[in-house]
Amino acid sequence: MAVIRDVMPAFELYQPSSVADAQKLLQHHGSDAWVLAGGLDSFDWLKDRIRKPKAVVDLSGVEELRGVRTLGSNGSDGIEIGAMTTLTEVVNHPLIKLKYDLLAQSAEVVASPQIRNQGTIGGNVSQDTRCWYYRAGWPCYRAGGNICYADTPEGRNREHAILHADRCVAVNPSDSAPALIALDAKFVVRTTKGERVVAAEDYFIGPDIDITRLHILQPGDLLTAIRIPSEWAGAQFYFEKVRDRNVWDFPLMNVASAMVTSGDRIERIRIAVNGAAARPLRLKAVEDAVLGKPRNAATGEMAGKLAVQGAVPLQFNAYKIPLMRNLVKRSIGGVEEVTWAS
Amino acid sequence: MGFLEWATNPWGQTVPIHIAWFLIWVAMIAGLLFLIVHATWLRYFAEPREFVHDTPPQVAARIPEQVPRHSLVARLFHWVMAAPMLTLLFTAFLPKVGVQFPWVTYHWIAGAVLTVSILFHVIHASFWLDFWAIWPDRTDVEDAWKRVQRFFGMPAPPPHKFAKYPLENKLFHGVIIVCGLSVIFTGVLMMSRVRTAFFPRNPYLFGDMTWGLMYVLHGLAGVGLIALVIMHVYFGLRPEKLPITKSMIFGWMDRDFYLEEHDPERWIVDTSSSSSTSK
Repeated sequence: MAVIRDVMPAFELYQPSSVADAQKLLQHHGSDAWVLAGGLDSFDWLKDRIRKPKAVVDLSGVEELRGVRTLGSNGSDGIEIGAMTTLTEVVNHPLIKLKYDLLAQSAEVVASPQIRNQGTIGGNVSQDTRCWYYRAGWPCYRAGGNICYADTPEGRNREHAILHADRCVAVNPSDSAPALIALDAKFVVRTTKGERVVAAEDYFIGPDIDITRLHILQPGDLLTAIRIPSEWAGAQFYFEKVRDRNVWDFPLMNVASAMVTSGDRIERIRIAVNGAAARPLRLKAVEDAVLGKPRNAATGEMAGKLAVQGAVPLQFNAYKIPLMRNLVKRSIGGVEEVTWAS
Repeated sequence: MGFLEWATNPWGQTVPIHIAWFLIWVAMIAGLLFLIVHATWLRYFAEPREFVHDTPPQVAARIPEQVPRHSLVARLFHWVMAAPMLTLLFTAFLPKVGVQFPWVTYHWIAGAVLTVSILFHVIHASFWLDFWAIWPDRTDVEDAWKRVQRFFGMPAPPPHKFAKYPLENKLFHGVIIVCGLSVIFTGVLMMSRVRTAFFPRNPYLFGDMTWGLMYVLHGLAGVGLIALVIMHVYFGLRPEKLPITKSMIFGWMDRDFYLEEHDPERWIVDTSSSSSTSK
């Protein structure tokens, strides 16, 4: 691992007070700029001296990027969460807890209370992968090189991808991302060409599209807000995160589902997992397969098997296949309904 | 601004990892500049061509109206090779200039098709075609020197008409061989670094320096092919070359063009039957 040094490399620090100013700065500096939100991902990169941006744009003074706003009268059209809203604010917000508790559940298990106080929802969905070969500054594919050190017979790849690997096998570490996909959230991005609103699942990209990024943000772009429509407000939610240390860790895998039932039949459902691939995966095939079926253990079993089709384990992460199968199963059948199968 | 990208591997060695991507633009601009300069020269400055002698009438009389130039197999090979070549170039370089799509699978499949088609071509050209027709001979070299002398206004006799392929065509083929075999050789080995249907992955087949040089060679040959393909398409579309391009579609060129450009003593057309073939 890289040696952490106490002194970050020199950079120009900019602290804009408006989105417009922040955007101007980012567009002016282009790929030389670094966006600083909560700093929890950024300071690792900077203190390890692996990333050496010329300009750091600190968004902490941009008030319009903070807070939760209702859309429509009394939130009839959903809510909009500023990208700089802290995870603690998301967890404790009464409207989110009441109607979109899936997001609150996912944000509540991010890291530790101190990190949630500092970390932002925008940062959580935009953070970089935690593959240690990449974080150590080695010249892997994701760093612009020509090798994946994790996808080798000796590579330490216990936490890595089982699906959609394409040269790079790193995974997305976000807990809130699958919840936002399940809630059909929209991400608001300011680009050089204006405002762009993308579905949550389209915000994330895999190595087959761009091996050096986990999301669509280009230099100069800024994620300003996340909108959650009211369509899934008050639905039946399920979120589960599996990690090595329950007090504070990145997910080995997590699952989020939002479901509306009619009687015991599944009328509508959205389900997503993270930690299985370089981007959080919406399981559309599973959603289609369980529509109209009873919400029970048998349906969950079928869904779990379907979810892991095509999975390719690496040397040390075959456990992720039954893990994902069981998480998907539980997200549909519920914890009480189904038993864990290895 | 270096021509190569370098990195430090986990063992502290500085190794090349690939070419600098600005070379893509250099190759494109070089290819486009070539065609602009060539088209301008041909339009405004080029002297009419002159050859050493005209074809004797009794020889010309034996030439059929349609001179067979490329067999069906040779034509099929050309177009089958062209498709993966273009696919390889687009899938390799579009993502580097900002057009993002899942390119790797298309790239290695196109590479596999190109490899098989080139292997076929080598065997076909070696045993079924006139293997030496595409290689420069002594007359080509002597004629080239005469053309250079005449270009600079020095006294020199006119050159011969061409054999089946003009010297420029033969030289282009030679450069394509170098670039093509470089990308194929390195590309086949690089396939061991991605998941394909052919080999189990083995990223440690070579050391980092060897891999790095292989990526550099693959990249250099690749950007070279950008310029070469631009030039090839340009010549294929030039009005005076269209009979040659058409012959790659229909298999034959007309008698007048043959007699104007080619020396029947150097490119002997089999006139023994109506289904005559050319080697």
